[in-house]
Amino acid sequence: MLHFKSRPALLSGLVLLSAGSILFASYAGSMTMGVGDWLDALANPDSQGGALLWQLRLPRALAAWVVGAMLALSGCLMQVLLRNPLADPYILGVSGGAAFAALAGMTLGVAIALIPLLALVGAFVSILIVFGLARGSGPWSGTRLLLTGVVTAAGWAALISLVLATGSDNSLRGMLFWLMGDLSYARLPAWAIAALLAGVGLTMGMARSLNVLAMGETTARLLGESTQKLLWSLYALASLLTAAAVAVAGTIGFVGLIVPHLVRLVTGSDHRLLIPAATLFGGAFLVFSDTLARVVLAPRQLPVGVITALLGVPLFLALLNRARIRSLDS
Amino acid sequence: MNRLACKDLDLEIGGKQVVRGLDLALGPGQFWGLMGANGIGKTTLMQCLAGLVSPDRGEVVLEGRPLEGMGRREIARNIGMMQQHTVYVFDASVLQTALTGRHPFLGQWQRETQDDWLKARNAIAHVGLDGLEERSVTSLSGGEARRLAFASLLVQEPGIMLLDEPSNHLDLKHQILIMSTIGTAVYSGQRLAVAATHDINLAACYCSHVLMLFGGGEWSAGPAPDMFTRERLQKLYQCPVEMIETPAGMRFHPSFEALSN
Repeated sequence: MLHFKSRPALLSGLVLLSAGSILFASYAGSMTMGVGDWLDALANPDSQGGALLWQLRLPRALAAWVVGAMLALSGCLMQVLLRNPLADPYILGVSGGAAFAALAGMTLGVAIALIPLLALVGAFVSILIVFGLARGSGPWSGTRLLLTGVVTAAGWAALISLVLATGSDNSLRGMLFWLMGDLSYARLPAWAIAALLAGVGLTMGMARSLNVLAMGETTARLLGESTQKLLWSLYALASLLTAAAVAVAGTIGFVGLIVPHLVRLVTGSDHRLLIPAATLFGGAFLVFSDTLARVVLAPRQLPVGVITALLGVPLFLALLNRARIRSLDS
Repeated sequence: MNRLACKDLDLEIGGKQVVRGLDLALGPGQFWGLMGANGIGKTTLMQCLAGLVSPDRGEVVLEGRPLEGMGRREIARNIGMMQQHTVYVFDASVLQTALTGRHPFLGQWQRETQDDWLKARNAIAHVGLDGLEERSVTSLSGGEARRLAFASLLVQEPGIMLLDEPSNHLDLKHQILIMSTIGTAVYSGQRLAVAATHDINLAACYCSHVLMLFGGGEWSAGPAPDMFTRERLQKLYQCPVEMIETPAGMRFHPSFEALSN
């Protein structure tokens, strides 16, 4: 676990990594350019190369960063909320509602620009359904929320399959890309940036409470937390972040599950460090993944969800193995 | 300071009456042993004293004010509780876990002071976990986890300490360490402690008072020496208990002969 004093160094490193990932994303692409041309294009937004960078690659990279950051943050919150290290942002059915609405929209021929809005509405409907059913009239129950969410997600999955099975062949590819997560059409609305900033701010304000909550609800209450309020705010926050991320880029898998774990292996479980570190790393991770999705089979583009899994699995297993060896040594 | 009172308390859990009409004033310098058979409701009563569970009738009063309606944070600044089980899911470090005892005293954005860190390190050393500060809590043995839970309670420094079977899972040395630490805090520091335990000998050595729960809401309370009679202990555990006079005081053990006959 990381020593207290090396925290600023880690966070600065992650800020640099994020900036580096975005610059790299603006450099790499199916249209290769030399470093000199690239610098030229960066300096001259009005040139032809500049337009490519400033109107295509950079906005897409920024969208990827914000989506990755939101998913990683939401993953951290869900894991504490359900007190389960295997929880991810999609476990409670937020993404299912969004996906069903988006895919239904595609089938009905709704304009592509309106799909994010539909996804957002679908996510909100799902959040309200799960909240209403799980809350009932009784007090907070994590098990009940988990079951309600997982079963609701299963319901959405069935509806999604129905849409896929009955949809026309030529819309299938677009639907599949959306389901695997795709940033090709992602444009970053201002509200998504605002959602991320608000999310990070609110979470940092309750970071020490999250440490206590991670030790169990009763422990948290004994240490002075009114857990009802805390748990429902966590649910709302995690769900809204997920909804925003999914509306922008579809259901990109793996980031929300694996980034919190990866970062926890380095930082330990103090959320005052884990939250900002996971948010920064989640952003950088998705920018790198999306850049790879653009270049590995260029000019063909892959759905970024494929890359996040292909990158994330070996990275995670390697770190896990190293952590295990270290703990055996000590 | 450090006064907790039960006023005409009725408490029920899962259709079983834990206590009926419990009237009890607990004060500084008192170390109460809470005794009773398995499943009789010791934990539920503890949770009621900590304000985690509401009584069916009557109230628990902290420093003259009813616990019901008090904020969790204010309660946590006065009452600390070591639970019977602590299950760690996330691998926080031992030091960070001990440090959570300061949580009720810190503002939303406030960080732990050097003094808080010192308290945590001292508590860890006191329970003999020094050297394991950076270890993950998920890798601790059962006894080590208990000692860490006790260390967290020490870091919280509550005037009123509730302990649910604090000597569980502990070897002899650490049973005595924990009970004598509580004893010192109570008798020298004028704090109040309530500890649920099945160990009659530990209770007889360290507790000043005893509250016994017999089931069906029946209870009995008083100074420890008066409470340990053969009849009461037999009624409490449905098992005959031998009492042996030793130079250090009365000692107890189950009467095996009577049981096997």
